[in-house]
Amino acid sequence: MEKLSADIQDGRRRGAGAEAAQSASGGEGIKGGWGLYLLGKALRLILLLAAVSAVTFTLVSHSPVDPVRAYIGADILRVGPEQQAQIAAYWGLDEPPLERFFRWVGALLSGDLGTSMIYREPVADVIAERFASSALLMAAAWLLSGALGFSAGIAAAMAHGRWPDRLIRRCCYLLASTPPFWLALLLLTVFGVALGWFPIGLAAPAGMAAEEVGWLDRLRHMALPALTLSVVGIAPVALHTRQKLLEVLASDHALYARSRGERGWALLRRHGLRAVALPALSLQLAGFSELFGGAVLAEQVFSYPGLGQATVQAGLRGDVPLLMGLVLGSALFVFAGNLLADLSYRLVDPRLRERSRTS
Amino acid sequence: MAIGAKRVPAQEASRRGASSEEAALGAAAPLLEIEGLRVSFLQYGRGLQRRTVQALAGVDLSVGAGELVALVGSSGSGKSLLAHAVMGLLPDNARSSGSIRYAGEPLDGERLLRLRGKELALVPQGVTYLDPLLRAGEQALGRQRGPQARSRLRAVFSRFGLPERAERLYPHQLSGGMARKVLVSAAALGGARLVVADEPTPGMEAGKAAEALQALRELADGGCGVLLLTHDIEAALRVADRVAVLYAGEAVELAAASDFAGAGERLRHPYTRALWQALPANGFRPLPGVQPAPEEAAASCAFAARCGQAAPECRAAKPAMRVWRGGQVRCFKPD
Ligand code: SF4
Repeated sequence: MEKLSADIQDGRRRGAGAEAAQSASGGEGIKGGWGLYLLGKALRLILLLAAVSAVTFTLVSHSPVDPVRAYIGADILRVGPEQQAQIAAYWGLDEPPLERFFRWVGALLSGDLGTSMIYREPVADVIAERFASSALLMAAAWLLSGALGFSAGIAAAMAHGRWPDRLIRRCCYLLASTPPFWLALLLLTVFGVALGWFPIGLAAPAGMAAEEVGWLDRLRHMALPALTLSVVGIAPVALHTRQKLLEVLASDHALYARSRGERGWALLRRHGLRAVALPALSLQLAGFSELFGGAVLAEQVFSYPGLGQATVQAGLRGDVPLLMGLVLGSALFVFAGNLLADLSYRLVDPRLRERSRTS
Repeated sequence: MAIGAKRVPAQEASRRGASSEEAALGAAAPLLEIEGLRVSFLQYGRGLQRRTVQALAGVDLSVGAGELVALVGSSGSGKSLLAHAVMGLLPDNARSSGSIRYAGEPLDGERLLRLRGKELALVPQGVTYLDPLLRAGEQALGRQRGPQARSRLRAVFSRFGLPERAERLYPHQLSGGMARKVLVSAAALGGARLVVADEPTPGMEAGKAAEALQALRELADGGCGVLLLTHDIEAALRVADRVAVLYAGEAVELAAASDFAGAGERLRHPYTRALWQALPANGFRPLPGVQPAPEEAAASCAFAARCGQAAPECRAAKPAMRVWRGGQVRCFKPD
């Protein structure tokens, strides 16, 4: 049904239908409604948790760390072999690993995460308590790196090719190649030790009762670890946002907007922000794993009593129940981040939103 | 200053004189005048090699108020570049020369920024030019706000046959025809006096494409000047008052739409006539060969290699655009 035209006449026939065919095939994407979607996600979560716990358990049961020795510590010479065997039996360490694993799974299914060997408290309690202080730290770092990275990315893209763009890009590369522990030590030395602006460790002043600790104290203790932790996340968000915004600004619809007299920051507000906010948000959400990894490090350097520190302790001292609980918890945390990232796309982007509605 | 003041009417008169030729073609005072427009851009080849690609090598045309002028050229012949040049939206690697005047004044710098989106409107090819995250109604309104604008939007949408729910649709939910009408509505809503319409996305259903063209005709009938860029001469002739023909980046003929009749006796350029005769209704005689790149024909008539009337002089120099039988033609020996 193609029209005879200047095209054909010149022997320069171009596939006019190609474009239409392309756009039609793009429509076949994720099918199915919310129910199917959530079911799939739930299945994936269960598989993930099963795999993670199996792998972790295998690794710990092959670990050279003897939990009993680690528990007794320097007193090892004064504790006889019978007593050590008693402790091992008390913890159920005398059984074969496979049996232990299934016993742990059974307890888990009835809602019991077991008891931490080193804290001698239920694992759930330890995690809940540690999570409270870590969550604060991670949330602060997450927001800070998101806000800074996003603004820097936008500023760079709007100044594309000029000096602010180059400056921001260099800073990002510098940040991305800075080892976090080194940065933590640097911050600690400069702001904690030399300038004395911030405390050098812990989550609250030492020796103060928990009820007396004020918000300001908590914030001051959190500042340096949060800063360290956020620095890790700035560069990816900034560079990603910059790239996305440049794509939007070079797009056909941005050209059209300019043909209608829109330009500069007004054009950014109307056509750019929505398009780049979503990728930035989902990148931040998908970055939960780095956030958790970074927290382990930052908490260690600043002796901040959070999940990270508990993880290190559990690993070093062979506290299997606690370690398993922490691994499951962090897997859940990272999974939640990815799920939220995915959901945010479905809820905000009209193209995906419509697809998930058609069931 | 008295002399200057006196000269104004004289200039005015001469301009009217110049446009009287166009008046013969049915045009009013020109809203848009393009003279000797050339656009080239830098292309990066392998390694660090750069080469300049000439896309438009001399385009002359004018569009009057209430007039629809179609620029016909094959796909990839730089028509979109012409649209972008008029709107001042050429990419950074493009260079242009020649003059573009709007209502008698050069169209550049501050003036362009002021007129864009108001008196000057672009109707781009299709749906990819709409922001995928904005509803059609919002896009058509552009920067306009308020209940008054809303009711005008409703009126314009219904005038172009768009259903009311179209306002709330996202671009991916629009058909090609609807998207096109949204784009035309946007131009009408902005109160445009000059509309540059790039050809509708290829692959659009024939009936829908005709409807979308009709919307442009309505804009012209309402007093707008419309420049339509298209590869489809048949469709163009259905709505246009005048037709400019593009060959190898040059405008080779400017003719009234009514000149395209019979065996093309009233046409002036051999290429235009060949184009006309290649249509199924007019003999279906295709023209062998391909268009040269503008660079290949920099110092000769671009059509010389395929022209039945070519003479030695045609290969030795480039013919200039000249007024001929109420139209314009770029040929040494026009008919
Ligand atoms: S200038 Fe010569 S070659 Fe070119 S179109 Fe005219 S007659 Fe043909």
